[in-house]
Amino acid sequence: MDKTENNKTGKKGRRDFLKIFLSGGLLGFAAITIYPIISFLKPPKQTEVEVTSVVVGKIDDIKPGESKIIRFGNKPVIIIHTDDNKFRALSATCTHLDCTVQYKKDEKIIWCACHNGKYDLYGKNVSGPPPRPLDKYNVTIKNDELIVSKEA
Amino acid sequence: MENKLKKIYKWIDNRVQLGDLVNFMSKKYVPVHSHSIWYYFGGVSLFFFIIQIVTGILLLFYYKGSADLAYESIRFIMSKVQFGWMIRSIHSWSANLFILSVFIHMFSVFFEKAYRKPREITWITGVFMFVLSLAFGFSGYLLPWNELAYFATKVGTDIVGVVPFVGEPLKYFLRGGDDVTGATLSRFFGFHVALFPGIFTFFLIIHLLLVQRQGMSEPLHFKNLEKDQKKTMPFFPNFMLRDLLLWLVVLNILAILAVFFPAELGLKADPLASAPAGIQPEWYFLFMFQTLKFLPAHVLFIEGEVFGVLLFGLAGLLWLLVPVWDRKSARGQNNRLINYIGIFSVLFIIILTIIGWVLK
Repeated sequence: MDKTENNKTGKKGRRDFLKIFLSGGLLGFAAITIYPIISFLKPPKQTEVEVTSVVVGKIDDIKPGESKIIRFGNKPVIIIHTDDNKFRALSATCTHLDCTVQYKKDEKIIWCACHNGKYDLYGKNVSGPPPRPLDKYNVTIKNDELIVSKEA
Repeated sequence: MENKLKKIYKWIDNRVQLGDLVNFMSKKYVPVHSHSIWYYFGGVSLFFFIIQIVTGILLLFYYKGSADLAYESIRFIMSKVQFGWMIRSIHSWSANLFILSVFIHMFSVFFEKAYRKPREITWITGVFMFVLSLAFGFSGYLLPWNELAYFATKVGTDIVGVVPFVGEPLKYFLRGGDDVTGATLSRFFGFHVALFPGIFTFFLIIHLLLVQRQGMSEPLHFKNLEKDQKKTMPFFPNFMLRDLLLWLVVLNILAILAVFFPAELGLKADPLASAPAGIQPEWYFLFMFQTLKFLPAHVLFIEGEVFGVLLFGLAGLLWLLVPVWDRKSARGQNNRLINYIGIFSVLFIIILTIIGWVLK
């Protein structure tokens, strides 16, 4: 009587051990299969060169009342030549939902076509959904060349 | 937890009557006999196909299908993306082993005459999938846009060109022009990741539904046994668990191969460079390639290559239609001719592959 009972508990112990051993092994295997897949999906870091200033070109390239969008690293920057002959450089990325803005000559505003956001020529958000002003960049003129740099 | 699962099961069962399916599965038996091992190769082939889909989709996250970027994007996968080398190597190894496994599966079905009535459609969809597997291999081989791939594709599509009447237009269609260029790469990319998987999946669904519906084929010697002498095993869970265990082993083999023998990239394709010495197609095309090499310039009144291509075409057609012309097996009689044809084919493929390998 005692013997068979002992046998039974022994069997149960072994069964439990196998259960834990096998399901643990399977779980471990699943983990080492999924780990490379998740790592693979992570986009590798591309080394980006930190840009601090960009030479846009000659002053004459942008006439008064005109604008131009240039590349500043990976980001677009809008340069506006105002009617009173000043240059302004602002981030061209709308602070609302990442669209690229444009200069509206007739209204003298910066306008985003996506959701009708408006900024004045200093980059201040004046109407529509944009929550913040556009980031400012510095414009310097050296030997008739227009240079845009990050505001320190 | 268990109660929750039961509830979910009940919810689904209420709507789609899962019970019927479970009932069907529980009554399905797999014959047990000395040739039972061959039953596993269909499942193994399926597993390789699943691996190809998973790793293929992963590679698509970084691969760029254009002549300017393809090679560089794969170099990026191999060197910059975490485990990129492993995913690509598994894709490459699994492609080769998939074709090997499909060869074994197809020949075992042939020798067991499992294609006989009522399984003709299963056989025919299987042969279609076999041809598609070769097409998968051929189109995928070009995608890294390296030297070997470039010349293999030039030769391969040129051979298509010798087929009478349809050859030239077909070659032009495959290449997307007169020569192998970036246009060919774009096409092959489309074939490889969209067209072929779509068609293949269609055939695969029919194939699998038929296997489930009709059950495993019994070899003639087993079929003629008395009912109480037939040994069987339940499909679920016995056979399925064995299948899964084998899949696990296969996955480990793939990982080991990928780690110790990773896929190479070679040099970027250059249309102005000469073909490198010792250039060869993939091993599964080698026997056909070698046969074409051995054929004389003229056989009777036709060109040797045309003759060879026509011969392989005819052999393929007869192979596809074996359930139609093998009447004896359909009647349950032993057809020795089939065995001789099968043995001849296996020997032919093995010997010419070895010759092609040695003579490179």
